[in-house]
Amino acid sequence: MNSTHVRATINGQPTEFLCEPRHSLLEVLRDVLQLTGTKEGCNDGNCGACTVEMDGRIVPACLVLGVEAEGASILTIEGIAEGSALHEVQRAFLEGAALQCGVCTPGFIVASKALLDRNPDPTEGEIRLWLANNLCRCTGYDKIVRSVQSAACRMQQEIAT
Amino acid sequence: MSTATIDPVRAKAAAATASGNGAGSQNGYEPNMVLATKTFDVVGTRPVRHDGTDKVTGRALYGADVLLPGTLHGAVLRSPHAHARIRSIDTSAAESMDGVFAVVTAEDLPPAEDKIVDVGEGDTRLSYVHGNVLAAGKVLYQGHAVAGIAAASPHLALEAASAIKVEYEPLPSSMTAPEAMQPAAELLHEDLYTKEFGERSQAPSNVAEHVQWTKGDAADGFAHSEVVVERTFDTATVHQGYIEPHNVTALWNHDGRLHIWCSTQGAFVVRDVTAKILEIPVSNVKVTPMEIGGGFGGKIPVYFEPVAALLSKKTGRPVKFVMSREDVFVGTGPTAGSHVRVKIGASADGKIHAMEAMLAYEAGAYPGSFVIPGGMCIFAAYDCANVAIDCYDVVVNKPSCAAYRAPGAPQAAFAAEQVVDEVAAKIGMDPVAFRLLNAAKEGTRRADGPKFRRIGCEEVLEAIKSHPHYQAPLEGPNRGRGVAVGFWFNVGLESSCTLHVNTNGTVHLVEGSTDIGGTRTSIAMQAAEVLGIPAEDILPEVVDTDSVGFTSVTGGSRTTFATGWAAHDAAQKVVAEMKARAAKLWSLDPGQVEHAKGVYSANGRSIAFQELAAQSSRTGGPVSATATVKPRGVGGSFSANLVDVEVDPETGKVDILRFTAFQDVGKAVHPSYVEGQMQGGSVQGIGWALNEEYYMGDDGTMINSTLLDYRMPTSLDLPMIDTCIVEVANPGHPFGVRGVGEANIVPPTPAIANAIHDAVGIRMQRLPMNPPAIWSAVEKSRSS
Repeated sequence: MNSTHVRATINGQPTEFLCEPRHSLLEVLRDVLQLTGTKEGCNDGNCGACTVEMDGRIVPACLVLGVEAEGASILTIEGIAEGSALHEVQRAFLEGAALQCGVCTPGFIVASKALLDRNPDPTEGEIRLWLANNLCRCTGYDKIVRSVQSAACRMQQEIAT
Repeated sequence: MSTATIDPVRAKAAAATASGNGAGSQNGYEPNMVLATKTFDVVGTRPVRHDGTDKVTGRALYGADVLLPGTLHGAVLRSPHAHARIRSIDTSAAESMDGVFAVVTAEDLPPAEDKIVDVGEGDTRLSYVHGNVLAAGKVLYQGHAVAGIAAASPHLALEAASAIKVEYEPLPSSMTAPEAMQPAAELLHEDLYTKEFGERSQAPSNVAEHVQWTKGDAADGFAHSEVVVERTFDTATVHQGYIEPHNVTALWNHDGRLHIWCSTQGAFVVRDVTAKILEIPVSNVKVTPMEIGGGFGGKIPVYFEPVAALLSKKTGRPVKFVMSREDVFVGTGPTAGSHVRVKIGASADGKIHAMEAMLAYEAGAYPGSFVIPGGMCIFAAYDCANVAIDCYDVVVNKPSCAAYRAPGAPQAAFAAEQVVDEVAAKIGMDPVAFRLLNAAKEGTRRADGPKFRRIGCEEVLEAIKSHPHYQAPLEGPNRGRGVAVGFWFNVGLESSCTLHVNTNGTVHLVEGSTDIGGTRTSIAMQAAEVLGIPAEDILPEVVDTDSVGFTSVTGGSRTTFATGWAAHDAAQKVVAEMKARAAKLWSLDPGQVEHAKGVYSANGRSIAFQELAAQSSRTGGPVSATATVKPRGVGGSFSANLVDVEVDPETGKVDILRFTAFQDVGKAVHPSYVEGQMQGGSVQGIGWALNEEYYMGDDGTMINSTLLDYRMPTSLDLPMIDTCIVEVANPGHPFGVRGVGEANIVPPTPAIANAIHDAVGIRMQRLPMNPPAIWSAVEKSRSS
């Protein structure tokens, strides 16, 4: 099958890749670009493990075609930390024990960061609604929700100081 | 050895003041309930897990992330029929496709020998494992693997799979235990006979085994009971539902060595079972367990590992398989659907006089439904003189069952704990008081034989009584509160651990237990406690099967208990060696050196562990120690739930308003991850109770094999899950650990059923209790 040449910005870096028209963005990220932090759980948009941010919207990378990334700006889990400094959401997940097996964690972190970018002080209900696209089978979500609350709290404090 | 003991006076006081993290609290945790008297420096604290940073940055490598140079990609062709004879398989069209490198079927496997093999949490016939890996002669369920393909890309492999022509002769199928037990039912295995009381049945049967335990005289007990309740319950097949699909990469090297990278709960199980199936020496197989994206028991069996190995041997290249979500549903797991009858009799003063149960579980295509552990657990929480339990392991045309968190126990509890509730209500007793009056305690003998050592059943029930949730009023229409208890016996098995002391005072810890939920850290903390150094100074690593001693599966709630014990023992050896090193520095006898909290001292002199480590080169060279354990001091874990629900009688939807999980864990090594286990098990139980089900079509195929239609709980479906950790130290473990992974999934389904009954007066006898089921039951109760 013929490959298509695609140009996109991935985690801030201008990136070019070749992909077949049938390849999903998830396949491109994982198999072509070796950005394996984005995980596959279902390949039909129902688990959220492959959540990435594309032009400011969070999408399951398995439901986007690689060729649709032309000209787009994409943020994956690998682009969340700034240099050696973890994002507050990452720190909160670590300290709040919000992960067990960790395979859903990249998707949750990308989605949680996107929530806090839009809504710096979400209620518990708003967090639960926003994260309802992401399945976690280990934690029962309690510590995930609390960690997002705690990240929000810290980010608010940082702005205040 | 510092054995933690329980002080009953302090325990009572602690129980009286216990408080959990209330439903209203958002940030921060209030202290949990602690009954163990012993406190430690590291054990019981909450350090950040060692592998955490890799997991929040996407850097941790899971099985599907492995990509060796030259890798070929695999696909599995699966049966579309629930039961059919394979007349022929024609692979020629697939093999001639461009980019297809090899195809294998059951004919490529060495013939299945009739011998017994250890598959992680018990033994089975090798021929069953073999038959499940690639079907020979017959397919026994939709999704049964028929052929494996290696191709240049995953897409090509799938195209090649669809080019394989299989001619099937469909056969009648049995989808439930009662159906398969009918004398006229089509046999799944012509050579399967019922094992019963040490004998083999005359004729082949779909009933693989009948086990019976009796204690006292149940008939006499019922004759002396003023209240007797008997009911029958059914539960649907459910899946473990881990987010990471199964995966494997195999490389059969030209020197005959087979290297497997995969996601497994037991690297040594994969090694041993693969070697047996392929008839190669176990020493020729090396398994590297990658990070694992959940398992819950479902990643103990071997599926396509031997297939990938065969394809690698045929092609001379690494071969990688990753299952699709549909493959996971139809080709792996699940846990048994069940049919359980329970009868309980009690006198008017609330004393239980007789308990009787018949459990028939669906094993799926091959024997091994976990009905026996179900029978062992069903009445474990009760001290009753007259008990009779019958267990039937029944093969049906569904995927072969795998373990799922306290395998067998939740189905049993769904039945027993509802009948217990009903008996209490008929007598007019509070459900917790009734359970306390009849609670199992140290010395109580279970019907299946074992006599309990120190257990925490009463303490768990006391913890409920004193919890703010129990004391809070519940008001409003269609709202109800339910309670239930659960039990899991936990296991010990075998573990190994090696410690290497670095000259900067840190310690590398090498272990073989796959880390599914933070056990690297809970194991490292036990070594740190003995060495008297911070948890962060231990650097734990889970390594391949060539690099550590034999270690059994991560399962049975055993990892923190047993591998932690191995770490404890290895650390004690390091302490002994460090004493000798200090003695050498000071020209003393090692017996004169004392150790406390990482400081070695003698005759007024002292030296810290770190300084002593820095001098290891001058005192005799590197310091390392290995310990292996096969512990006997396993302590069972009791759990309970208190749950408030609201039922919408117009739609049948049940909302969980408040949920509190109680569990006796012995000692919580890392309380955050203990709470996490309790919360996760509770929510899996909530899904099992309210939504989850293999929805089977009339042709025996699964209709809802996606995560949209097989609906696991989302964050939006749930409240915070409050936890109350109860610590009745296990006298059989150096730190009092019992294990935490499993008992928590046992009580949710009956607790929710009891809450639904309290809310709207209906008794649910089938899982799941989804909106259509609740709505129908409410309508029925209204019309009658």
